[in-house]
Amino acid sequence: MKEVNYTVLTNEQIAPDTYKMTLSGDTHAITRPGQFVNFHIQGLYLRRPISVCRREENTLTIVYKVVGKGTGALSKMTGGEVLNALSGLGNGFDTAKSGDRPVLIAGGVGTPPMVQLCKDLREQGKQVTVCLGFRSDQDVILVDELEAMGAEVRIATEDGSRGTRGFVTNILPENATYFYACGPEPMLKAVYKATNMDGELSFEERMGCGFGACMGCTCKTKYGNKRICKDGPVLTKGEVIFDA
Amino acid sequence: MPDMSVTLSGLTLTNPIIPASGTFGFGYEFADLYDINVLGSLSMKGTTKAPRFGNPTPRIAEIPDGLINSVGLQNPGVEKVISEELPKLRQVYSKPVLANISGFSVDEFVECAKRFDEAQGVGILEINISCPNVHGGGMSFGTDPKAAAAVTEAVKKAVKKPVYVKLTPNVTDITVIAKAVEAAGADGVCLINTLLGMRIDLKRRRPVIANKMGGMSGPCLLPLALRMVYQVYETVNIPIIGMGGVASAEDVVEMMLAGASAVEVGAANLVDPFACKRIIEALPETMKKYNIEKLKDIIGGAH
Repeated sequence: MKEVNYTVLTNEQIAPDTYKMTLSGDTHAITRPGQFVNFHIQGLYLRRPISVCRREENTLTIVYKVVGKGTGALSKMTGGEVLNALSGLGNGFDTAKSGDRPVLIAGGVGTPPMVQLCKDLREQGKQVTVCLGFRSDQDVILVDELEAMGAEVRIATEDGSRGTRGFVTNILPENATYFYACGPEPMLKAVYKATNMDGELSFEERMGCGFGACMGCTCKTKYGNKRICKDGPVLTKGEVIFDA
Repeated sequence: MPDMSVTLSGLTLTNPIIPASGTFGFGYEFADLYDINVLGSLSMKGTTKAPRFGNPTPRIAEIPDGLINSVGLQNPGVEKVISEELPKLRQVYSKPVLANISGFSVDEFVECAKRFDEAQGVGILEINISCPNVHGGGMSFGTDPKAAAAVTEAVKKAVKKPVYVKLTPNVTDITVIAKAVEAAGADGVCLINTLLGMRIDLKRRRPVIANKMGGMSGPCLLPLALRMVYQVYETVNIPIIGMGGVASAEDVVEMMLAGASAVEVGAANLVDPFACKRIIEALPETMKKYNIEKLKDIIGGAH
């Protein structure tokens, strides 16, 4: 974890209520895909955790959906404005476990962290399939970036307006070696049940501090209590407990 | 360097800054960021006799200039705190700490306090009779002067270390409780704990927090805390550890002028992990600005 003042470079809408922001500043604390940064937003008391979409030398990309005051304020920021952040939070995904043919599974704004993960896996020479689920065609994001990295991208939409009609679990490949999932909890639960391979799931929870101090986001796992912010947000399939 | 030292029941602190229980874990997350030996002391995560998972999530909600938490005393239990957490904390922090103790019966308070009384590195026993989060838990002790006195007296009889009783603001008159615990033998009082509050999610039309209510903390509480510390200072003759919304060196001075001998910093640690370090570093300049030579000279100075 490192405190960093990021400067907004660009901030553009890429889908309904969904924005892509690039920021310049020190990204060295971000060491694994699936980690997050916790932004201080002027006028709001608690920081806002946002997952990292891309981490490059001195440039950070985030893609976020406006769901409340914090993300609403973020969406109105323009180039040159400064955001104080605690950078490089959470455990992130473990790319070493992927095997040769990992599948990346995401729903909605669970997609952004898959971009850095896909990049890292492709650089390791892995054959990557990305399965994305959205409500409808207009919500589809980040497909071009993922395809440009050489991943096979499959899309499911609930209304069938793009790709396969249905859920992300309808389009999973049969011969994948390992899965990485990020999305709303019902999707994670469905993925957990639909897959017979090992994998990792990234969870979301309301956080207080974001770095393990307040115990605000604790969940139960098969191996004891874990803090989503510090011991997660990524948990392994083997340790997750879903409520019945 | 001006004199920032303060004394609590014979224990001298190099400065009055103490991270409040529940906002600093057992210190390691912060020890990765800075040398926490700059702290006057620190109050460990609230501990109970048995391990506790705490409340269901969401446990956190935002309020204007603060937050509500309903963690529900998640902790690994007193045995594990003493055998695992305390030794790890001792590796990164060399000064005596406050052991924050909660219980659901007088006996639980006593048993937990006895274990910390024997533990090396614990300087003060901070008895939390005020945590508002647990059903049938601390609330009843902290809001009833007789129950508060009963816990204090029983713990005092069982231990040698100084006993500081942490008071809840969720009462009609906090001075009544403060007087009761002083009469029962408390060596000091700590106030205020969090103030009970609620937020409601407009989309779901339900309370944001799973447990419905939780304790408010943060800068929005500073005036309330100052008022209560001021009132209690006029009521008792034992030291007060003041807390509630403190986020700057100015706030520390204000809290001490109201009557606090030392000051705990809580919510600020969660939004700025460097908060305590920054406050301690800003204190000398702030003292100079307000012509304070020795910080301990200003305790209760507003009366």
